[in-house]
Amino acid sequence: MIAENFNYDAPTSLEEAIALLHQYGDEAKILAGGHSLIPMMKLRFASPTHLIDINNIPGLSYVKEEDGYLKIGAMTKEVEVEESEIIHAKYPIFMDATKLIADPQVRNFGTLGGNLAHGDAANDHPAVMIALGAEVEITGKEGKRTVGIDDFFHGFYTTAVEHGEVLTEIRIPAASGNYGSAYHKAERKVGDYATAGVAVMVQIDDQGRCTKAGIGLTNVSPLPLRATRSEEVLVGSDLSEAVIAQAAQYAAEDCSPTEDLRGNEEYKRHLVGIITKRMLNKAIVRAKK
Amino acid sequence: MTKKITLKINGTEHTMEVEPRMLLVHAIRENVSLTGTHIGCDTSSCGACTILIDGKSAKSCTVLAVQAQGKEIATVEGLATAEGLHPIQEGFHLNHALHCGFCTPGMMMRAIELLEKNPNPTEEEIRWGISGNLCRCTGYNNIVKAIEWTSAKMQGKDLPSTEPEFV
Ligand SMILES: Cc1cc2nc3c(=O)[nH]c(=O)nc-3n(C[C@H](O)[C@H](O)[C@H](O)COP(=O)(O)OP(=O)(O)OC[C@H]3O[C@@H](n4cnc5c(N)ncnc54)[C@H](O)[C@@H]3O)c2cc1C
Ligand code: FES
Ligand code: FES
Repeated sequence: MIAENFNYDAPTSLEEAIALLHQYGDEAKILAGGHSLIPMMKLRFASPTHLIDINNIPGLSYVKEEDGYLKIGAMTKEVEVEESEIIHAKYPIFMDATKLIADPQVRNFGTLGGNLAHGDAANDHPAVMIALGAEVEITGKEGKRTVGIDDFFHGFYTTAVEHGEVLTEIRIPAASGNYGSAYHKAERKVGDYATAGVAVMVQIDDQGRCTKAGIGLTNVSPLPLRATRSEEVLVGSDLSEAVIAQAAQYAAEDCSPTEDLRGNEEYKRHLVGIITKRMLNKAIVRAKK
Repeated sequence: MTKKITLKINGTEHTMEVEPRMLLVHAIRENVSLTGTHIGCDTSSCGACTILIDGKSAKSCTVLAVQAQGKEIATVEGLATAEGLHPIQEGFHLNHALHCGFCTPGMMMRAIELLEKNPNPTEEEIRWGISGNLCRCTGYNNIVKAIEWTSAKMQGKDLPSTEPEFV
């Protein structure tokens, strides 16, 4: 399968990339890892007339803790997250997620920025970022702006990244105290998108009370979904079995899955409930370590 | 519309004019006539087109030729030298890790990066490591054995038996 013709530029600075995006207008697209965009172009679901490859721009790829945040550069590849020491030590949710994203070759290319900017509720990082309460830095002609993850996803393949802008950094409030996170998705086979996926983050005080909770759901609604009612029942609670069961039930009720080849609505709601419960238990164990 | 690029494949530079939409796998197979890199699914799923770009395994059906400008590309044709087969080729040969052979070049290129990063993988790590490569013939067991054998060989350890197991 061959994409429609396009022009290709590989600028070496962010300013140049943004200038090119403005010069070429609406029909220009950013090329990051290319592992969502190139398949879509081959199928001719997307036919940009210009590709602006941002792989040659230095300084967009890093994982570090700074100013109370975990900061991830937009061009950081899945494999780099998998191999990051700080991720291993403090943010195991990313180890859970990346392992289930595609396969090693795809993870050598796919970027975290691209995974979010693609704006697809089937991708796994959106739910992870919702659970972790991330914010996203977007750079344009006028400079940088920050958008909270709850305001980031606008629709199918559309996000807060406007034309002429580049997603440059993902910021996550740094793990502190008894902090635990976990992700799992049910998939039919390696490399498949989620039948349903659940990302969980909890913070627990020394008395065992939940002080903070985040739950994000993958591929069970048109947009990546925050399970708000589930979070509310967790915060302030002692995270008893009954509370966890209630949170899981709310998540299953509040999503809106549609029937497809991966399963019917009832099955997907069931999965959301089960996975929410399991991930909460996993995150709690991790938080208490 | 076209771009002039130079691809360094198995140590040799090839300069060519390509449309930006040309996939790397097509540049390798059609422009350079190295047909060891296969096209299986053309949808980023099967891994038959796996090559190494700067040492990293990549599905060359999902990379543009223009993206590989200035990078070191390795394909199956570059594995054997005048001295003989590459250990991974030897491992696949001795362990009967191929039947039709269609998946084999991609499987071996992927295994090379896997062993580079993790010289001593467990069976589970090997199975996860080749999860992006499909084989429709072998049932994978001999591929796993071949990679275990190659791991031992590359580290100068005692070599596992290559006798087929009948169960
Ligand atoms: C076989 C296969 C299986 C897969 N399975 C999964 C899976 O299970 N889970 C999952 O989450 N993903 C999966 N993916 C998708 C993969 O993770 C993609 O790499 C990812 O979705 C997009 O990242 P990218 O860097 O490749 O982006 P690209 O494909 O380069 O870009 C995607 C979109 O985002 C835009 N964009 C990219 N970066 C930026 C930026 N910095 N600023 C503004 N816009 C930007 C592009 O213009 C484009 O519209 C799979 C892909 C393949 C090929
Ligand atoms: S041909 Fe490239 S992954 Fe199948
Ligand atoms: S040997 Fe035939 S596909 Fe693997």
